[in-house]
Parts: sequence; C-alpha cells; structure tokens
Amino acid sequence: MSAADAPVWVIIVILGVGTFTLRFSFLGLLGDRVLPDWVLRHLRYTVVAILPALVAPLVIWSRDGKTLNEPGSLIVAIATLAVGYWTKSTNLAIAVGGFGLAFLLIMQG
Amino acid sequence: MAVASTKSVYWRGFRDSVPFIIVVLPFALVFGVLATEAGLNLSQVMGFSVVVIAGAAQLTALQLMSENAPTIVILASALAVNLRMAMYSASLAPHLGPASLWKRAFVSYLLVDQSFALASLKYEAEPEMTLSLKLTYFFGVISPIVPVWYGFTYVGAVLGSAIPSDFGIELAVPIAFIALIGPALRTVAHVIAALVSVVAVLLLAWVPYNLDLIIAGLFGMMAGARVELLLDDKP
Repeated sequence: MSAADAPVWVIIVILGVGTFTLRFSFLGLLGDRVLPDWVLRHLRYTVVAILPALVAPLVIWSRDGKTLNEPGSLIVAIATLAVGYWTKSTNLAIAVGGFGLAFLLIMQG
Repeated sequence: MAVASTKSVYWRGFRDSVPFIIVVLPFALVFGVLATEAGLNLSQVMGFSVVVIAGAAQLTALQLMSENAPTIVILASALAVNLRMAMYSASLAPHLGPASLWKRAFVSYLLVDQSFALASLKYEAEPEMTLSLKLTYFFGVISPIVPVWYGFTYVGAVLGSAIPSDFGIELAVPIAFIALIGPALRTVAHVIAALVSVVAVLLLAWVPYNLDLIIAGLFGMMAGARVELLLDDKP
C-alpha cells in the first residue's frame, strides 16, 4: 500500500483548515450561542458511527473483499475490541492488538 | 479558589493532564510509524500532526489514502470524524467566548479530546473562575500534551523508517482504530450507533467512491441519537 500517491499536502492543508474551522466554529464565530439539542445529540455519535464503518470491512473481509478474513485476524480484532470495551483503556487494547498482530506475523513466518 | 494565583492554576492544569500522556504518547507513536510505513515522508508525517492535531482523523485519512480513495472522500471522512470538535467548541463557548479573538483562535488550534475533557470538567466544577484563570488552566492542561504529540509522532516516523516496509501492517491501522472504539462505547446508544453503522457499511459495499462510509456513518449517528432519546440515556 502506498499513501504517497495521494496529493498528501493538499489533504494535510485542507484537513488542517477544516479541523480548525470546526474547533473555532462556536468559540470564534458564533459566540455563546448554543447548538440545538438535536444537533448535539447527533454529534455525540460521530466517532462511534464513523470509525466502526471504516474498520469493519477491513477486518471482516480478506483482501479480495469477497471471502471472510482469516480467523487469526478476526480473533485479534475481537480481542482488541473486547479489552477496550471492558477496561475502557485504549492503551491496554493497543497492547493486546499489537501483541496479537506480532504473534500472527511470527506464525506466518 | 478566590485567591488562586495564575501560576498555581497553570500548574494544576499541567498536573491534571500529565496522566493523559499515557494516552497521547502511544497514539502519536503509532501514527508516526504507520504513516511512514504507508509511504509518507518525514515532513508529511509531521505536517499531519502539527497542522491537524487529531489522531483519529489523521489515521482515517491515512487509511483511505492507502486505499486510493478520491481526495474529496478522504477529506469528508476525516472531517466527519472531527465533527465532535464543533460540539467541544460549542460547549466551551459560554466560558471562553469573551476572550480576545487571537486567544480564542489559539485555544481552538489546541482543542483536542483531552484539553476539552479536563477544561470543561473544571469550568463546570468551579464556575466562579475568572476568564483569565480559565484560559490559564486550559494552557496548563495543553502544555504537557502537545509537545508529546509532536515529539512522539517524530519518534514514530523515525522508527517507522527503520522497520522494513514489507512488515505486513494491513491490519495495524484497523487495530489502532478498534483500540479507540472499545473505550468510546460508553452507553447503549453508542453501541447501537456502532452496530448500525457496521451493518450499513457491509450492506452498502456496492456504493462507489467510499461513499458507503459516509452514508453508514450518518445512519449510525441517527441510530445513536434516536436510542438516546428513547432510553433517555445521556452520556
């Protein structure tokens, strides 16, 4: 995989300006006006809606996109999710996932 | 708290945020390594961490760049991950709104999950704080975080260039994301939002230009908001 084929600096600058605009939106431009409840209610779920949609296909399907991923990868993914969910610790989850991936790499030779 | 000095408030913010280094450091390291492994050079990797300062959005962009997604989809998806920043901005505005424009701009650049969480807790707990002490606390909180974010992105990038590129990291980015998702599933509404978006993205795989991601994300957000209303399950 190579991410370098994309227009990297264009993405960095627009993403930077866009993220700053989101952060500055109410502090800078709208003063102490408050977002309507229904908007806030949706914004609360952006992270838990977007990130799982991004990773699910990568984890569930193998690289051809048609067959299920190998069981080892699925187990590491589920273990990482479970540890993160029950311990509420990103670090413990990363550690479990990292060790799992290293183990898979070693097993594949 | 009426007689708290500027200096003591600054150091209180600093101390309060030191434990968060444990969260920020490995994530900066992971981004640096993965971005380098994905083919970005050192200045591009650092560019992301300095210009954007938003780990989840940076990883989103990285993943989609590796999939050769259209630039507009990369930007829309990464910005969608950052939509929560508008919510942070809205909830700090009543406290920091009266500050000068350049200070509000500076706070905005530094408005990350950790600085928002600590500052908003503090402002709610001590509403009698003056504007200048509120700003001082905010800058105290961010002081240990941002240098660690920049510095360990750099360390990660240097480490990444030392690791052979056939290291087989296809699954490393998803694992880093999953490690963020687990702790974020705090309520039933969060869990339902995640489940709905996963089912939607799998069913919508036929939609071109990675737009399935955006549509599934919207479904997930609507599901989360709906469940929160039904259960009165405010996080």
